[in-house]
Amino acid sequence: MELCDKTAHELARMLRRGETSSREITESVYRRIDEREQETNAFITLVREKALEAADRADRRLKEGEDAPLLCGIPVALKDNLCTEGVRTTCGSRILENHVPVYTATAVRRLLEQGMVPVGKTNLDQFGMGSSTENSFFGPTRNPADPERVPGGSSGGSAAACAAGETVVAMGTDTGGSIRLPAAFCGAVGIKPTYGRVSRYGLVSYASSLDQIGPLGRSVEDCALLLNAVCGRDPMDSTSADLPVPDFAAALDRGVRGLRVGLPGEFFVEGLDTGIRASIMAAVEALREEGAEIREVSLPSTRYAVSAYYLVATAEASSNLSRFDGVKYGFRALEGYEDMVGMVEATRTEGFGTEVKRRIMLGTYVLSAGYYDAYYLKAQKVRRLVKEEFDKAFEDVDCMITPVSPCLPFKIGEKMEDPLQMYLVDIYTAPVNMAGLPAMSVPCGRVDDLPVGLQIIGRPFDEETVLRVGRAYETITHADR
Amino acid sequence: MRTAEKEETMEFDVIICFEVHAELKTRTKLFCGCPNKVDAPPNSSTCPVCTGQPGALPVLNKRAVEFCIRAGLALNCEVNELSRFARKNYFYPDLPKGYQISQYEMPFCENGHLAILGADGREHRVGIRRVHLEEDAGKLVHSSESMDEAGYSLVDYNRSSVPLIEIVADHTKDPLTSVADARTYLEKMRQVLRYAGVSDCGMEKGQFRCDVNVSLRPKGTLEFGDRAEVKNMSSFRFVTEALEYEIQRQSDLLRSGNPVLQETRLFDEQRKVTLPMRSKEDAPDYRYFPDPDLVEVQIDPEVVSRLRESMPELPDDRSTRLVRDHALPLQEALLLTRDRAVSDFFDRCAVSSRDVTRLSRWIIKDLFKLLKESSLEMDACPFGPEAFAALINSVSSGEITEQAGRTVLEEMFKAGRDPGDIIEEKGLRSIRDDQALESVVSEVLSENPGVVDKIKSGHPEPVNFLVGQVMKKTAGRADAGRVRELLLKKLEIE
Repeated sequence: MELCDKTAHELARMLRRGETSSREITESVYRRIDEREQETNAFITLVREKALEAADRADRRLKEGEDAPLLCGIPVALKDNLCTEGVRTTCGSRILENHVPVYTATAVRRLLEQGMVPVGKTNLDQFGMGSSTENSFFGPTRNPADPERVPGGSSGGSAAACAAGETVVAMGTDTGGSIRLPAAFCGAVGIKPTYGRVSRYGLVSYASSLDQIGPLGRSVEDCALLLNAVCGRDPMDSTSADLPVPDFAAALDRGVRGLRVGLPGEFFVEGLDTGIRASIMAAVEALREEGAEIREVSLPSTRYAVSAYYLVATAEASSNLSRFDGVKYGFRALEGYEDMVGMVEATRTEGFGTEVKRRIMLGTYVLSAGYYDAYYLKAQKVRRLVKEEFDKAFEDVDCMITPVSPCLPFKIGEKMEDPLQMYLVDIYTAPVNMAGLPAMSVPCGRVDDLPVGLQIIGRPFDEETVLRVGRAYETITHADR
Repeated sequence: MRTAEKEETMEFDVIICFEVHAELKTRTKLFCGCPNKVDAPPNSSTCPVCTGQPGALPVLNKRAVEFCIRAGLALNCEVNELSRFARKNYFYPDLPKGYQISQYEMPFCENGHLAILGADGREHRVGIRRVHLEEDAGKLVHSSESMDEAGYSLVDYNRSSVPLIEIVADHTKDPLTSVADARTYLEKMRQVLRYAGVSDCGMEKGQFRCDVNVSLRPKGTLEFGDRAEVKNMSSFRFVTEALEYEIQRQSDLLRSGNPVLQETRLFDEQRKVTLPMRSKEDAPDYRYFPDPDLVEVQIDPEVVSRLRESMPELPDDRSTRLVRDHALPLQEALLLTRDRAVSDFFDRCAVSSRDVTRLSRWIIKDLFKLLKESSLEMDACPFGPEAFAALINSVSSGEITEQAGRTVLEEMFKAGRDPGDIIEEKGLRSIRDDQALESVVSEVLSENPGVVDKIKSGHPEPVNFLVGQVMKKTAGRADAGRVRELLLKKLEIE
């Protein structure tokens, strides 16, 4: 096993024992990138020089003091919608092709302060809009499990990089499933924390009321370690929660005995791949054997959640993306117009990809006079209902288990012509964002040799239970191997 | 001609409804920590938040909320316990995010009024629908006069996200019905906001701007016609001119049987006319929706009580108090309270003044004149209220004459010195000794034999001339009345 394939937790131990150095780990990661990147296209920008400098700094810090943070010296890949001062941040879009931010996102800053080593900026669907990482100006990312297939999206670059060993851990963002779906498709672990848990300052907004930053890795424990580093109140984000942050790694091994696990019937209906269903049910059975109590729960309004999600998300997106007008930064169309309005039109026409423009138009329509009540307000009502139903169900259970995706990783190009089919991939993940809950995807075996993801949903700000169940299941599957 | 026009417009009732924007004088901007310094070198008071960098988020300046509530309280509004911000979406290069953070539903303050003294001599409580908080946009600088002709335009974002309040009048509650009242309303609004300490309302700096809606109806009918809105004016004179033009234009249309279109117009400051900018059909759809980057704002009623208690005394209360406590004529009280700095000055003088009537007159006549001549505001007055009160007391006690007092005041204004020192140094103390005065009178009489003859032959007019001569010789230190008495006495004796 190469260094780049080990978990952060294991590498941290090795670093402390002097068995390796951050430079060696980082070089191992870059050797893997040299081997695999051509195929995966997981990264938009690589920062080899900066990474090696950071690695050497980390090595000095580890050598000097015993109090170096746990993640010091561990390589991390960053989704390219997280602002990094001095390193271009494109959001996968031509409109920010050459945009170099003047500041660093709070979550990224917290990781770098730990001494983590930035590997590069990972590929994504433009502005996080997509479920396959095909909507990128920089070309699609390929699934390391099968290069003919998509890695899921929109954090496909981060998930693929983790799965291929092109990084040890990564940060992604999740608006309607964008961490969990690629984690599931690539066989990685990924968690979307509760809305408000991680500061959004420096995350280029897609849908402000749904966006959340979270970690991806190859183990539940690694995700817990990253969460410890990034969570907590940030005065720069009014929506970040002012709540104490527990030690997420501490509670991992408490097991599931006596835990009440809910199965929402609405998530196991027609449209779910039979192989995936079987995998999930087997996982549920395994948890039962470990002492979990399995209960049926009902979330009737979730069938409307994905529709409502695409109204709320696009409405916010249409406004959030208004700042890309060619005036201040990023791409500006050079010809084909005569005045200011023409410049803005040409810039946005040429700068945004098809899916982004589709969502801007949809969202603009949703907010228009005369349609606002019928679409935006109604969607917000559905959102409230979804949240209330989750709250109600959580009176009887401690967490819920569902599939992450109704389908296996699909072929590149397969769903590009049919946006509705593509939107339905989010059917099990988007309701969670609508309710603002924490949820994780952990690998749940393979079907047709393709990875399957198990989704664990928790109560607001109860990432601990989600991680604990994920760790329990991970332990079971590792024992099976 | 002009009177004829005025009479013709009397066929119609007019309704005038303002939206006033005032820049708040908070130390920092509305959603970031940048200094609220519009005059700083271009783009020097900016950051990722107020220039709309990707990923930057707004954080509300609580002080600006307090200022907005203070303005609302000064305008007799109710303060909502729950309030929220909304995005107003439109594209313009001076608007870095492509939307303005403003308020739509649930503004901070609603349902107030501003009392004005109408041209009819009665008090009108002009309805205020709402006072809300929003951010200002940046400023475009064109390479030539207009953007259409400009080769390029530059943007200065220093003003971007500076806090503004928008005060929307309620046309259903005692609305303004004449140009004169409209002007009074604006002046009163500016005065109240300055008193409340929330805005300097510098017109030339664009810190106080307004849009105005005008609609007419033939007298005796119920329904008002469609309104025209004139946008973005920043001087009382332009507002008055625009209103006069607009009322005339709408009267002409109605009289000739044409409808007034609901539209937005701009005032051409050179030609003194309003010109169409966009019709109702072209009105932009701002697609307001609650800003998901900000949380709802809960206003603790205790905070409102605290703000209410800390409100300064407003102009109406002040003028009433001056009339009541000092028996000043209302007109004088109004003049003294027009500007808060003057009113504060008066109050501080009054504490140690033995003659408030004289104090009031001296401020209004003499001090105002000096300030005006040197184009200074009250804040820049070179002496304090204690010195001024001492001067007035010196005059009142007869220590110096009124005329000498004016000399002292001018000297104080020039050099900011203590009045006592000036009196001493210039020897301005009154001559109260009749013997000394009589010798000057005799001197004057002997120097002007011709005038004395004229008076004695039954023409008393030149007595004033002789008084003047005595005053001149005594450098204004004599009491003019006493001099006259002595003169007449001497003339009779001879």
